[in-house]
Amino acid sequence: MMGKLTLSAIPYNIPIVMGAVAGMIIAAVTVLGLVTYFRLWGYLWKNWLTSVDHKKIGVMYIILALVMLLRGFADALMMRSQQALASNGGAGYLPPEHFDQVFTAHGVIMIFFMAMPFIVGLMNFVVPLQLGARDVAFPYINNMAFWLTVVGALLINISLAIGNFARTGWLAYPPLSELHYSPGVGVDYYLWALQIAGVGTLMGGVNFITTILKMRAPGMTMMKMPIFCWTALCANILIVASFPILTATLGMLALDRYLGMHFFTNSGGGNPMMYINLIWTWGHPEVYILILPCFGVFSEVIATFSRKPLFGYKSMVYATACITVLAFVVWLHHFFTMGSGANVNAFFGIATMVIAIPTGAKIFNWLFTMFRGQVEFSVPVLWTIGFMVTFTIGGMTGVLMAVPPADFVLHNSLFLIAHFHNVIIGGVVFGCMAGMNYWFPKAFGFKLDERLGKASFWCWIVGFYIAFMPLYALGMMGMTRRMDRVDNPVWHVYLIVAAGGALIIAAGIGLQILQIVYSIWKRVELRDLTGDPWNARTLEWATSSPPADYNFARTPDGSSIDAYWEAKRKGTAHPNPAASYRPIHMPSNTGTGIIVSGFAMAMGFALVWHIWWLAVASFAAIPVLIINHSFNENRSFYVPGDVVARTEAAASR
Amino acid sequence: MFHIPPLSDLFHMALLDPKGPIGADEKSLILLATGLMLLVVVPVIVLTLVFAWRYRAGQKGAFAATYMPEWSHSGRIEAVIWGVPCLIIAALAVVTWRSSHSLDPFRPLTLGNVKPVEVEVVSLDWKWLFIYPELKLASVNELVVPTNTPVEFRLTSASVMNSFFIPQLGSQIYTMTGMVTKLGLIASQPGVYRGISANYSGDGFSGMHFETHAVAPADFQAWVTKVRAHGGTLDGAAYYGLTQPSEDVPVSTYARVSPHVFAAALALCKSAQACQQEAEHGPMGGMHMAMNQTSSTAMPGMTMPAAAKQEH
Ligand code: HEM
Ligand SMILES: [Cu+2]
Repeated sequence: MMGKLTLSAIPYNIPIVMGAVAGMIIAAVTVLGLVTYFRLWGYLWKNWLTSVDHKKIGVMYIILALVMLLRGFADALMMRSQQALASNGGAGYLPPEHFDQVFTAHGVIMIFFMAMPFIVGLMNFVVPLQLGARDVAFPYINNMAFWLTVVGALLINISLAIGNFARTGWLAYPPLSELHYSPGVGVDYYLWALQIAGVGTLMGGVNFITTILKMRAPGMTMMKMPIFCWTALCANILIVASFPILTATLGMLALDRYLGMHFFTNSGGGNPMMYINLIWTWGHPEVYILILPCFGVFSEVIATFSRKPLFGYKSMVYATACITVLAFVVWLHHFFTMGSGANVNAFFGIATMVIAIPTGAKIFNWLFTMFRGQVEFSVPVLWTIGFMVTFTIGGMTGVLMAVPPADFVLHNSLFLIAHFHNVIIGGVVFGCMAGMNYWFPKAFGFKLDERLGKASFWCWIVGFYIAFMPLYALGMMGMTRRMDRVDNPVWHVYLIVAAGGALIIAAGIGLQILQIVYSIWKRVELRDLTGDPWNARTLEWATSSPPADYNFARTPDGSSIDAYWEAKRKGTAHPNPAASYRPIHMPSNTGTGIIVSGFAMAMGFALVWHIWWLAVASFAAIPVLIINHSFNENRSFYVPGDVVARTEAAASR
Repeated sequence: MFHIPPLSDLFHMALLDPKGPIGADEKSLILLATGLMLLVVVPVIVLTLVFAWRYRAGQKGAFAATYMPEWSHSGRIEAVIWGVPCLIIAALAVVTWRSSHSLDPFRPLTLGNVKPVEVEVVSLDWKWLFIYPELKLASVNELVVPTNTPVEFRLTSASVMNSFFIPQLGSQIYTMTGMVTKLGLIASQPGVYRGISANYSGDGFSGMHFETHAVAPADFQAWVTKVRAHGGTLDGAAYYGLTQPSEDVPVSTYARVSPHVFAAALALCKSAQACQQEAEHGPMGGMHMAMNQTSSTAMPGMTMPAAAKQEH
């Protein structure tokens, strides 16, 4: 009846895990209790959980990302402290079977459930507003995509309490991830969490491409589109082109594990290297999915706060497009050391370096945007400048590893770990923080506190350098990654320094949370009534903050690159609010997305534990629900013109 | 407990202190590539900070007057910002092409007319097996090589993937089941160099390291004599014993080795009996198993140069 699941799946005897589980349960019970106490269930269900409003979905994505940042960072602290304790003869406090789950979970959570939701959240919130649209093309799909992502995150966190997580590293290379070497449920949690979340991501990709191609404001040709939308478009093209590869690859691994097939096994004609090729043909584009929208954020921020248009808009667009194409022809640089021939290695090495050209051009474009401008050191600008310096260093070490014989000694070392954190923290995390600080007032109508934001920035950047520069040195000293213990008094010193850096980052994260909490508390003082607190350039600032459900009472004009700036200059930015409005056609909320995702969750859990009846039943329920929803006639409604008029009048008071 | 090691140790970088020509070439390559890139990286970082500060808002100085609120394009600047990275990358591309060929791990090494030493490497859960086919002896978790002599490694794995890496000698290479990879290394100075697995392979991974003793040729002979005197036989059954998982395995040596242990490892023999049979007489039914492995790994359209190269 319950498949492999018995009470012994709960790790009672491991105090650290039980502590973490207790913490998670207490947090969850507190939140649920508060919601119940304040009778917020109805409000939450009606206004948030079932909402198809891209702005709310964007906010929910970012909340998910911030929560997962805490979880992923807790894992990072555990690794940093373990390596600091277990590098001078000691054993530390994490045995290998535990440490190995921690780095796997850290990698998976940070990439799939922190960085991805953050990026998708920003795109959700910003893209339709920048396009002058009412919502995304498929609002109901958007809601479902979000909840499927949540299911993935939940499955991974459940694995902490029931069973265990994969001990394979974040890409689950076979043969290690095959049944023979990983017999437990860990890899199965990994597979189903990523498969379910991956479907959500793919749906989001289709949604955004359609939105960007079809729903731009009148006059907004492709080459007039805000640069963030361009980067979002390219990122979503990458999603649609690469996520199916991930799904197929993990699907084949699942077939090996569940049905005894031999795609990637050691024997029976299987070929593990096939998996490694496939996973990286997804994996390399994935890093550009994360970084391109961040490039977009930095472009918007730097132009706004330099009080100048972005330098070289066209070359920025071409650079983004180049990177999108090149992202697909470099995957082999992740395994130069697997014995490819010299010609193959050289080809992929050079292809990788070529990406540095458009990327370099972008950095110069941001530089020349500041040139002869009036740069205001707001919080988003600090993150941007921190990014330009940090990312340049990370890019350099990346190109270095693209030289195959250099990679022959640097591959899999802590030098590599330093490199990718250098680009992923310096690029993606900084980009997300810049974006959050920049668009927060648009989402909520009040700004985030400047001082706490700056303090958080300084802790992050100082902590980052202290935590990761020693890893470059350790890599040059020959320390490889994923070591739960090592006995070397010299490395010990560096690892202690690195742990200190991680603590400073912890302070940065703490200040970030404090910044949000404090700003909510002081929201009256921080209130922005103009809708345009930064004197910005693009259309999202043309409407009130927070925008009405329908975003724009009148479809704005998008016929110049900085359309809102242009409108402000011409004095057409704020047409008379007292005028009469046409009714606005809006999509209705629906609970289908969250209910379908509930069944997807049951299905994933059942597949992990081989509870076949539940897996089959919940799998069957999903199409039934979806078909049922397609018969729903109440899918949209009109906001009457006088309601629009009243809302606009209230907002422009 | 905690003491700061001497400064000379604290800044000793294995990769910058290579003990053989491969490592030395890779070190110069790293320095050259880094130098080339710093040509553009340093100016970018400096300019970022300088521009941000000079053109900050609210200042009164001369730079405030240069504000150009509409300026967003300059053909000349754009030519430079695309051109300079192009030049640097072009230079790097040449370096990459040349070094990828000259440092290809599969390329046989020559050093005058010194006869190379052959070593067959098998990564096991969680230890390294080194077989010296010409000398018919073997060791676990200890590699001894003569200095100034090319060492030709043929590698495979009897378990999951690992990567064979001696940082101070240079290049690493993966070990993979059913496939043979190759690597040539030379130690030019006597010494003890740490060897590791550079690819995570499960619970015992952190203990999967070995010492590489590079010794003068005469001392190498002495070691061979010592191992022979010490006795021990690595036949198929003993090899099968080694394939069972074990952690932090101490060094051991074998004076005799059955002729086809490496082939048996490559064919993934699955029982003491099968291993014994295959180690003595070669993988069952002549090349049957090995052929199977090779043909399944050399399917057209796949990046499988390791296997493809192996037999061509
Ligand atoms: C915030 C501070 C962070 C710290 C202190 C940190 C620390 C670490 C450490 C100690 C490791 C293991 C290194 C090893 O294998 O020896 C690691 C691995 C990794 N980190 Fe982070 N990390 C941080 C943030 C991030 C972020 C933001 C991301 C991605 C968005 C990320 C992605 C990864 C990945 C993918 C791995 C590889 C996991 C594996 O080996 O399978 N990390 N990190
Ligand atoms: Cu890549």
